Amino acid sequence: MKEQQETANRPDNTAFTQQRLPAWQPMLSAGIVIPGFVIIGLAFIGIGIALFVTSQNIQVLERDYTGVENNSPCFKCSDPSTKNCVCKLDFSLDKLFEGPVFFYYGLSNYFQNYRKYGVSRDDRQLSGRLDNFQSPDEGCVPYQYDANNKPIVPCGSVANSLFNDTFKLYQIVNGARKLVPFDGKGIAWWTDHNVKYRNPSITPLKNAFNGTVKPTFWSKPAYELDPSDPANNGFVNQDFLVWMRRAALPDFRKLYRRITEGDYKNGLPAGNYSLEIAYNYPVLDFDGRKKVVFSNVSWMGGKNQFLGIAYLVIGSLCVVMSIVMLIVYAKFKFPDEE
Amino acid sequence: MFCPLYNTLLGGDERRVDSRTIYVGHRPCPATEAFIPPKFCDNRIVSSKYTVWNFLPKNLFEQFRRIANFYFLIIFLVQVIVDTPTSPVTSGLPLFFVITVTAIKQGYEDWLRHKADNEVNKYLVTVLENGQKIRTESEKIKVGDVVEVKEDETFPCDLILLQSSRDDDTCFVTTASLDGESNHKTHYTVPDTEKDLESLNATIECEQPQPDLYKFVGRMHIYKKDQEPAVRSLGPENLLLKGATLKNTQKICGVAVYTGMETKMALNYQGKSQKRSAVEKSINAFLLVYLCILVSKALVCTTLKYVWQSEPGQDEPWYNQKTQREKDTNLYLKMFTDFLSFMVLFNFIIPVSMYVTVEMQKFLGSFFITWDKDFFDPEIQEGALVNTSDLNEELGQVEYVFTDKTGTLTQNNMEFIECCIDGHPRALCSVLDILIHIVLYDQEKEELFLRALCLCHTVQVKESPGPGQGQADGLMDQVDGLGLGGEVLRPEEQRGFIASSPDEVALVKGAMRYGFTFLGLESKNMKILNRNNDVEMYELLHVLNFDPVRRRMSVIVRSKSGDTLLFCKGADSSIFPRVRPEEVDRIRMHVERNATEGYRTLCVAYKQLSAEEYAQADAGLREARLALQDREEKLMAVYNQVETGMSLIGATAVEDRLQEEAAETMEALQGAGMKVWVLTGDKMETAKSTCYACRLFQRNTELLELTVRTLEDGGRKREERLHELLLDYHKKAVQDAPPVKAGVTRSVCRLWSTANQDYGFIIDGATLSMVLNSSHDSNSSRYKSLFLQICQNCTAVLCCRMAPLQKAQIVKMVKNSKGGPITLSIGDGANDVSMILEAHVGIGIKGKEGRQAVRNSDYAIPKLKHLKKLLLAHGHLYYVRIAHLVQYFFYKNLCFILPQFLYQFFCGYSQQPLYDAAYLTMYNICFTSMPILAYSLLEQHICIEVLLDNATLYREIAKNAMLRWRPFFYWTVLGVFHGLLFFFGVRYLFSNPALQDNGQVFGNWSYGTIVFTVLVFTVTLKLALDTRHWTWINHFVIWGSLAFYVFFSFFWGGIIWPFLRQQRLYFVFANMLSSVSAWLVIILLILLSLLPDILLVVFRKPRGPNARQVGLTHSYPQTLRHSHGWTRHQTLSTALFSSLSLSLSLSLSLSLSLSLSLPLSLSLSLSLSLSLSPVSSSIPP
Repeated sequence: MKEQQETANRPDNTAFTQQRLPAWQPMLSAGIVIPGFVIIGLAFIGIGIALFVTSQNIQVLERDYTGVENNSPCFKCSDPSTKNCVCKLDFSLDKLFEGPVFFYYGLSNYFQNYRKYGVSRDDRQLSGRLDNFQSPDEGCVPYQYDANNKPIVPCGSVANSLFNDTFKLYQIVNGARKLVPFDGKGIAWWTDHNVKYRNPSITPLKNAFNGTVKPTFWSKPAYELDPSDPANNGFVNQDFLVWMRRAALPDFRKLYRRITEGDYKNGLPAGNYSLEIAYNYPVLDFDGRKKVVFSNVSWMGGKNQFLGIAYLVIGSLCVVMSIVMLIVYAKFKFPDEE
Repeated sequence: MFCPLYNTLLGGDERRVDSRTIYVGHRPCPATEAFIPPKFCDNRIVSSKYTVWNFLPKNLFEQFRRIANFYFLIIFLVQVIVDTPTSPVTSGLPLFFVITVTAIKQGYEDWLRHKADNEVNKYLVTVLENGQKIRTESEKIKVGDVVEVKEDETFPCDLILLQSSRDDDTCFVTTASLDGESNHKTHYTVPDTEKDLESLNATIECEQPQPDLYKFVGRMHIYKKDQEPAVRSLGPENLLLKGATLKNTQKICGVAVYTGMETKMALNYQGKSQKRSAVEKSINAFLLVYLCILVSKALVCTTLKYVWQSEPGQDEPWYNQKTQREKDTNLYLKMFTDFLSFMVLFNFIIPVSMYVTVEMQKFLGSFFITWDKDFFDPEIQEGALVNTSDLNEELGQVEYVFTDKTGTLTQNNMEFIECCIDGHPRALCSVLDILIHIVLYDQEKEELFLRALCLCHTVQVKESPGPGQGQADGLMDQVDGLGLGGEVLRPEEQRGFIASSPDEVALVKGAMRYGFTFLGLESKNMKILNRNNDVEMYELLHVLNFDPVRRRMSVIVRSKSGDTLLFCKGADSSIFPRVRPEEVDRIRMHVERNATEGYRTLCVAYKQLSAEEYAQADAGLREARLALQDREEKLMAVYNQVETGMSLIGATAVEDRLQEEAAETMEALQGAGMKVWVLTGDKMETAKSTCYACRLFQRNTELLELTVRTLEDGGRKREERLHELLLDYHKKAVQDAPPVKAGVTRSVCRLWSTANQDYGFIIDGATLSMVLNSSHDSNSSRYKSLFLQICQNCTAVLCCRMAPLQKAQIVKMVKNSKGGPITLSIGDGANDVSMILEAHVGIGIKGKEGRQAVRNSDYAIPKLKHLKKLLLAHGHLYYVRIAHLVQYFFYKNLCFILPQFLYQFFCGYSQQPLYDAAYLTMYNICFTSMPILAYSLLEQHICIEVLLDNATLYREIAKNAMLRWRPFFYWTVLGVFHGLLFFFGVRYLFSNPALQDNGQVFGNWSYGTIVFTVLVFTVTLKLALDTRHWTWINHFVIWGSLAFYVFFSFFWGGIIWPFLRQQRLYFVFANMLSSVSAWLVIILLILLSLLPDILLVVFRKPRGPNARQVGLTHSYPQTLRHSHGWTRHQTLSTALFSSLSLSLSLSLSLSLSLSLSLPLSLSLSLSLSLSLSPVSSSIPP
């Protein structure tokens, strides 16, 4: 009876209410930390070596073709007044450039990550909604409507500034130019190509663009971007998709083509090459640079020394620290360690 | 009690506003020209703050008065108005979340209040209107209504008692719900009012409502036909308070004087001042720093933006042309909006959810105190009570403990030990003993003494709960039965007494043991059963109530024989000057001897009043009682006048036993570095002996005494002597004493240098008021500071003979002294309320002196011994938890926003956010909030047993140790380090954005997502690293939020959200995970960020070896005592660190010289300096 009464007011005697939940109290003692550091260190060194070696084995060929210097082959094209200018960039490989080779174009001092630039697009339009063809999103200004108040499709700064230099690579075989076939498929994210960006389901595609105009900077409308492949037009054009994924930093490169076909499946053999550039894209007025990059990739992606070195440094740091700790512990022997 | 306090608070008001006039039964009175029904508020109690209609606006208004909420509102508005980088949702949603959580909590609390209000307001009461009884709701009572209340009902408003069903025109009430005093109090009807209430024609003039429960002055004018209006005085004894309950009386009728919110109860529940904890002050200071960081970040970015844009080609490249509107905008306006945009972008650095998390932590955390079964006292069937959860962490910061003596250090369980009659001591041993004594000593004197004990009190007889009896008559029946039947012994044993002071009960019981039994008060007649089993009747003429200033009480009675006698009992110091001096000496010796033994002594005196004397006193008393103004002062004057020229009969000694474990508790508190001050109203000797018993004073403690006695030694002027002594003591205790640093413990002092002298300081109330109110104005502050310095250098201070207000004065003085130490007051009685309210933390003991202390306290515990666990365990843990919570919150928001800031340098200062809006929004609400909340509720970096066994651990967190600028700096540097690491680590990875094995490149959102992933993992694992106490909840929450982050990212990036304008994150997270390089950089950065912390954990271990090790194996508490070992460890770890850092920097500089670029080496060297800084901070001064 009395006990019953007591329990009425007495606080619950559970582990939780009494703050006595069973608990694990981690102890980072020397016995755990020193081996732990050694293991982590060794693992990091291992990864670091793998990364470093892999990165070392990646071949990269990088050429600036802005044409700032007088002697550069594209100097004549750098004058903005020249139209449809074509310049040739010659280079030679003294050994096989292992395939598959990836061909990138790069831009410097180009702020694709500028905020106003980035928001100037209409994802609904790009997913094929016809409503947004006639009235593009507010965010697209100043490329929402043209001077005649016709809607621009695709609207916005990002689409408007689509990179429009084109490249053709020739191998010089015995003085003759042999075209290296480019593969333009699979250069954009699969999800971008198949889900995120959609053309309106109107055939022919051209009809969907009735009453709209192409972006002011473009020379041809969106539905004629790739005359060779009708499926590679409109918003799912791979070059367009690559461009629409904004770069993170002002110095960036974007995938242009892959070399995976024909004689060049295993890479670019040693020899002389000529890159024919249709020079259209102006960068000099904002002090930008253009370049082309040939590279092959590994499991870690493109060439990047940073990761390997960082892993090596941190790994050896851990090992060194564990050694120092060992020495210190051996010398001083903490009394509470026994 | 709190009269003095309220006087100071409300004194001005009281005098300014005039009295109110009430027409009993709303009947017009002949005296007044025209009957204007005065307007008073109705009887609705509104304790709720909101109604359904005004809840939203009012609650929102109140919430946005908080500076943090207001700040976020402003940010939100800026986002809505100005074109800003992030959508208003990012700050709107967290704000909405915070506001909603708070609103729900407050709404729920208010709903509870509404329910309680309704219960009171809709309660049915009986109102007499034109002779008819009308049942109506309580809220409809108006001032002037005549209300009928039945037994065991509570009074619906403050009533003046007009009529009682009892014959003697009294009624009994308990005020348990008001002040917790469960004894029956007697209230009286207004004398000579007509029995027929219908024809009663009267007005009541009384003061305006005021909160003091024990004060009331009023006047009643009774108009009869063709007669002069009669005037009756009204006092607190006529006033029935709302909330009190009618007992032992069938029914009463009263007229409502104060209703609704003007009742004393309502006035008392208003506005208890808010106490703010020191942690909150720290938070505000940190907030200010972060605000400065925020503003400077925004300024830097804005400036750089315009510098950068001034370069040719950068302002408006062809691919990014401005809109017409942008071109038209004024440059300065543009700058300003840019500044605002940056503010918005970086505003997450101010942790929006911190306040709500802190509040939740405090609210939920306080349950652990209520739940603690160690605080449960089987005797009173109650555990601890938390009245405010705002001060949990303050319990871990206490530097000064002010404790009451009676009922706190001692049990307040009085036992009559001895009496001394006319100089002959008389111990209470057995009945046999007494019988012998009776023969031996002057019987007449003794009986007079015992009668005095029986008469001079305000004790009531508690009736036995007779089942089913006519209870109103129960008391009388019993008394009658006793008186006639003469069966003395049986009921004697059962007799219970109720009184506000346990001394009185002890005395009455003591007298009973000697053969004089107090039978009760019956219609102004006190009945005593004497040794011969005869009932003696005394007519009670006046009670001169006890008050702490006079320190005595008296009764004036008239015996059967017609003699008018005054009996007075009180403290020796207040009695001795009022009796014939020649009688004093004999008794003084005994009194002092008893006092040194720790007994409470009282002296008893009497005086026979002649008819003229009585008439004069009677008139004086009546007149004073009628006074509307300054009644207290006038009464006091009359009391003092009457209580003179008495003759001393004897003295009593009552023992008050020490509380359980009082000494151990005090020792633990002192061991924890707290200074314990005993503030008591008791005599110096008694208090001193208690202090010795509690081991506050040790045998080798040198006592510095500053009392009236020591002041009178020199034969000079008191003040001169006082100053001389002060300087003397100051020299002794402050100047000559070796400088005792706060960090060095007393126990350590004892261990190392036994030569160090402990000082104890004793001061009494009279001297204290001299010190504090010294006449020389220029010197007064100087002596005050001297006094304070002496006190602070003493291990224990005893202040005796304190009035309640003086207690508060002392607390205030210490509280406001240099360094602003955290004070704690603990007490159990109404006289401790002022000091409980004054101190930073007020603790009430659920003792025997009513519930006022408990009601006004912040925390209430059943026993003193619980204080130890409350402070050493709960306080310590709460402090560590909340300090870590606060620091962690600032840290995690700093390293959250720093990469975003750094990104501005790479995106042309265009306010491009690094993270997606969803991440910005969810970071503080979902991804990182739960682990820290769990940590701040469950963490026990040292387990509770060790904290209790080892009081010195408390010193480690003294003086806000974990929230000072140094640890704040450490956390800030850590945050900066992490932020730099996250950003630049990924930046160097992105020097080649082709990160997938299919050669495809990553864009800006991938960049942000990688940084954010590293961030979330690092921040959570950092907390995991700090967690010393992993319960399943911690596991669940820490791994759960990481899993949630991954799940959410997949989910968020896996669907095309129709409501989003841009599908920025579509498959970004999944693509990131498909890249080996991204995985590797995430792992690398997480490990590198945590490396300094891991090292710290490893090397900090030797610092508190005792703590940590015993934390694991607390079966060896004796290892704790090796506290002198700890400095050695410290030097060891320092040596270790310096050697380590040397080798580190060597190896680093080697490896760095390879090819690493600047920022990485910068961050690495940062990590080094960082790992060093806490060690240097841990070196003792």
